[in-house]
Amino acid sequence: MVGIVSYGSYIPRWRIKVEEIARVWGEDAEDIKSGLFIYSKSVPGPDEDTATISVEALRNAMNRKSVKDVGAVYVGSESHPYAVKPTSTIVAEAMGFTPEITAADYEFACKAGTAAMQSVMGMVESGMIKNGIAIGADTSQGAPGDALEYSAAAGGTAFIIGNDNTIADIKRTYSVTTDTPDFWRREGQDYPRHGGRFTGEPAYFRHVTSVAKKIMELMGTKPEDYTYAVFHQPNGKFPTRAARMLGFKESQIKQGLIVPYIGNTYSGSMITGLSAILDIAKPEDRILAVSFGSGAGSDGFHIEITKNMEDYRRENAKAVWKQIESGKYIDYAIYTKFKKKIKMGD
Amino acid sequence: MRDVYIIGIGQTKYGEHWEKSLRALVVEAGLKAIEDANIYSKEIQAIFGGNMSAGSTIYQDNIGSLISDFSGLSVNRIPAMRIENGSASGGAAVHAGFVSVASGFYDTVLVGGVEKLTDVSMEDQAEIVSGEVDQEWELFNGGTLAGLQALMARRYMHEYGAKREEIAMLPVLSHEHGSENPYAHFRNRIKVEDVINATMVADPLTMLDMAPASDGAAVLILASEEKVRQIKPEVKIKISGSAMSSDFMSLQSRENLLELKAVRDSTEKALKMSKSDIKRVKIVETHDSSSIMGLLILEEIGLFPKGKAGKYLEEGYGHKDSRVAINTSGGLKAKGHPMGATGIGQIVESVIQLRGKAEKRQVHNADMALAINVAGTGSASISHVLEVV
Repeated sequence: MVGIVSYGSYIPRWRIKVEEIARVWGEDAEDIKSGLFIYSKSVPGPDEDTATISVEALRNAMNRKSVKDVGAVYVGSESHPYAVKPTSTIVAEAMGFTPEITAADYEFACKAGTAAMQSVMGMVESGMIKNGIAIGADTSQGAPGDALEYSAAAGGTAFIIGNDNTIADIKRTYSVTTDTPDFWRREGQDYPRHGGRFTGEPAYFRHVTSVAKKIMELMGTKPEDYTYAVFHQPNGKFPTRAARMLGFKESQIKQGLIVPYIGNTYSGSMITGLSAILDIAKPEDRILAVSFGSGAGSDGFHIEITKNMEDYRRENAKAVWKQIESGKYIDYAIYTKFKKKIKMGD
Repeated sequence: MRDVYIIGIGQTKYGEHWEKSLRALVVEAGLKAIEDANIYSKEIQAIFGGNMSAGSTIYQDNIGSLISDFSGLSVNRIPAMRIENGSASGGAAVHAGFVSVASGFYDTVLVGGVEKLTDVSMEDQAEIVSGEVDQEWELFNGGTLAGLQALMARRYMHEYGAKREEIAMLPVLSHEHGSENPYAHFRNRIKVEDVINATMVADPLTMLDMAPASDGAAVLILASEEKVRQIKPEVKIKISGSAMSSDFMSLQSRENLLELKAVRDSTEKALKMSKSDIKRVKIVETHDSSSIMGLLILEEIGLFPKGKAGKYLEEGYGHKDSRVAINTSGGLKAKGHPMGATGIGQIVESVIQLRGKAEKRQVHNADMALAINVAGTGSASISHVLEVV
């Protein structure tokens, strides 16, 4: 059965606190923390971008299990370093997979990573390739002073997907897609724009909850049949509320809810939460994972941990929560330098 | 002057209607009102449409024709016009409809109000809503609607020694009543400390002092005595008083920041027309675009002494079981504030109460209601007195 053969995540070590951003803009930090349920976010270092984050995440996956026969590398992101020139070729080359491999970049706001997963699943199931790599990674942008500045973060996760020796089987995937313009960035614009409250009910909640309900209907499962659930995390409030609406308990979502400490890693968001769950999951555990991408759509996955997890070397790479804990805080001045917001002289 | 009756009411739920357009909202409320009146649409002789901001929010003007067309009434070639008076557009439309029937010109008219705010960003909403204060003298200098009302709140506290907690009593009451209204934007109950600790909008007013930006529509069918005799409604509800007054547009032109002369004038005239006085009124819908506005109106119409409205509310006045029930609909704060619909929605609620159909929020022995719809910081006021006859 098609599933996850190995996985790895990477979160840049730099963090900025909500208090620090709020201090600069004269906002009420407590208000933002309780409103968004975000305390800090990750910040990419000056030499980090979506390509380096993807490579780091994939290296962690390969350190846990070295997989040969890789036929495809797909990288999903909304912050590919180049507008024209793929990130996936950089990743494939850095990992030594070139030249006999197919590669492409994906873009679907925050769900490009799961879209890549579904493509690789299809290729594996059809027998076109033996193993494939799906990565979701971002160094997302929030305009200075905008609400997004508190959440737009950096990080990514890589999955090696195949038919053999899977540590987690993906028993079902299901998607919902509509043309819902809740969040967008046009070519040449530095920062995305969003539809304020429109990003909630008609965008995030409608897509996420309908996919979650349909997956449970298709699998004949109920919320209590899952050990863990993880939903896309644009902030802490949305996934917590979606879980409550669907009937999941806090104990089921806690392990995968990473956004309060590292912010929204966009294409890396839900899948890094999933990665945190895989860090502790045991054979026969069931996971419901639902991504969301603005524009808009959701991909859902019913995942079951296999016996292979017992021999799998999770300890060969740093667990997600370990990476979260080892962050270093920077101030807003360093943040603007790292994020290249300062205009340099000639 | 002839008597004017309300024979039909209709409204949408107020709130965020992401999937309904302005025209869909007004048609929904309009069809409900026509059905409620038990008449055929061809019997409607004129349309008065209240709307404040469609030109800015959805770039649609000529709302009268739009309502007429999408209600299927344009084939009858009836007159259909838009009335705009900021937040008081709805009340002004009712007044215009009232005058048209009272004068003997029409027998049956449709008065509809609608607003669609969620098609624009919150920043744009704030600017559009502030369009009802003086652009040149107030808004240009940073005096937004919320900012100006905050000035009034500060002055109120200074002048009368009113406590912040007292001002917060009106939103608490509105939410309590709104929690029982299925058409309300917000149906949660709140406490005084929730109001005080909510996100600051303009010191001392917080988010929970301010009415929300809502989508919604409300419609009334007004009719003459002759028409009412044909229809024979179960409960006969008369508009026994209808008056509109205006005041200086900007705050700085007024002698006293805390006097709402238009409100006093329109209410005195409406009550006089109905040969009644404030003591007889059982239900008041006040225009709580902010807590302070709602309270100042209640004091201006003589319901409570100046500076004391919040204190009275603390003692239980205003509750649906007290002598006078205030904002049984949930008011602008909890039921919502789709500006063009707001004043009409206040009257829809009054009719529901007078018909005895308000279920959990029903006021005992409701026989007379007063609805006050105000623009900006009090530059226009429309008062309607409704009675069961």
